[in-house]
Amino acid sequence: MDTTPTTGQSAGSEALRGLIATLPMMISAFPFGLIFGALATSSGLSPLAVMSMSVFVFSGSAQFIAVILLGTGSALGVIWLATLILNLRHLLYAATLVDHVRHLNHVWRFGLAAWLTDETFAVMERRYRVEGGSPNAHWYYLASCLGMYINWAIWTYVGIYIGTRFEDIGNWGLEFAMVVTFIGIVMPALRSSPYWLAAITAGLVAVLANDLPYKLGLMLGAVCGIVLGLGLQEWQRRAKTVEAE
Amino acid sequence: MSDNELALMIAGMAVINLIIRWPVYLFADHVRFPPLIERALAFVPVTVLTAIIVPMIVMPGGGAPEINWRNPYLVAAIIAAAISWRWHKLMPTILIGMAVFFLMRWFVG
Repeated sequence: MDTTPTTGQSAGSEALRGLIATLPMMISAFPFGLIFGALATSSGLSPLAVMSMSVFVFSGSAQFIAVILLGTGSALGVIWLATLILNLRHLLYAATLVDHVRHLNHVWRFGLAAWLTDETFAVMERRYRVEGGSPNAHWYYLASCLGMYINWAIWTYVGIYIGTRFEDIGNWGLEFAMVVTFIGIVMPALRSSPYWLAAITAGLVAVLANDLPYKLGLMLGAVCGIVLGLGLQEWQRRAKTVEAE
Repeated sequence: MSDNELALMIAGMAVINLIIRWPVYLFADHVRFPPLIERALAFVPVTVLTAIIVPMIVMPGGGAPEINWRNPYLVAAIIAAAISWRWHKLMPTILIGMAVFFLMRWFVG
């Protein structure tokens, strides 16, 4: 008989906690939605097209790149390739979280995959690391997804109608909100020297490779960081084992 | 670009996002990563998020790196990182970081 106390919270309380944990990300995403709505509209896209991107594509960075590439008259294939390369990081996110969604049915898995973003990944990675899973943890995840999704749609809409009155809104530096949010996620996660090495390598390589097209420098930086961080960690583990013997 | 082409572009981007995000969950029953890969994946948050923001911080104009105290992105990022490191609290990190950033833009930039 299993006597371990079930730390199971109700679906509702998991959802509420997921939403609360995502609130800072929603706040920092709002300037982005606003700028996107404004930028896309002022580049000549119809409000319907702009809203469709936020509702169906739901990927801030890819949407920005698409608008910029449209402005330079790029072909469809180029825009799709940029989307693919830019969002490959989501493959890593899904691989990181997959252990916690494996038991769910396919409808759940589809939704939790389709709505996975940088922000929800950061929230869920932390939740599973700190608290582990629980029978209703997927409600926490879903609430985070929906919070980000609805937030993104609303601020895109506001951006379409308000942002266009401030033509230089793209130069206000509002995107710094995302920078500080990610800093607030990364710093507490630097829990040992391999993580420091990984982060420093990733940042350095991303800067050096910034001129590569389609933000390839991002993936290159991440991969170099992972390899060096993992290498140091494995080396430390091995050194420890040798010491113990 | 015509309306039809635009619709095609959006549909294609939506499909590509699904192709990236969905398969790992879809085939989750059959996919188990070896322990080494799982340990590698633990490095994903710190590396990907750092690779996104560091270029924005040190080269805000998109050109050459601007490593000096007059770069509001750099100064505010360093202060935000120190706050986050010391207290591990997200909201104060965001709010103080943003405040420092906008103060610097008004008074220095």
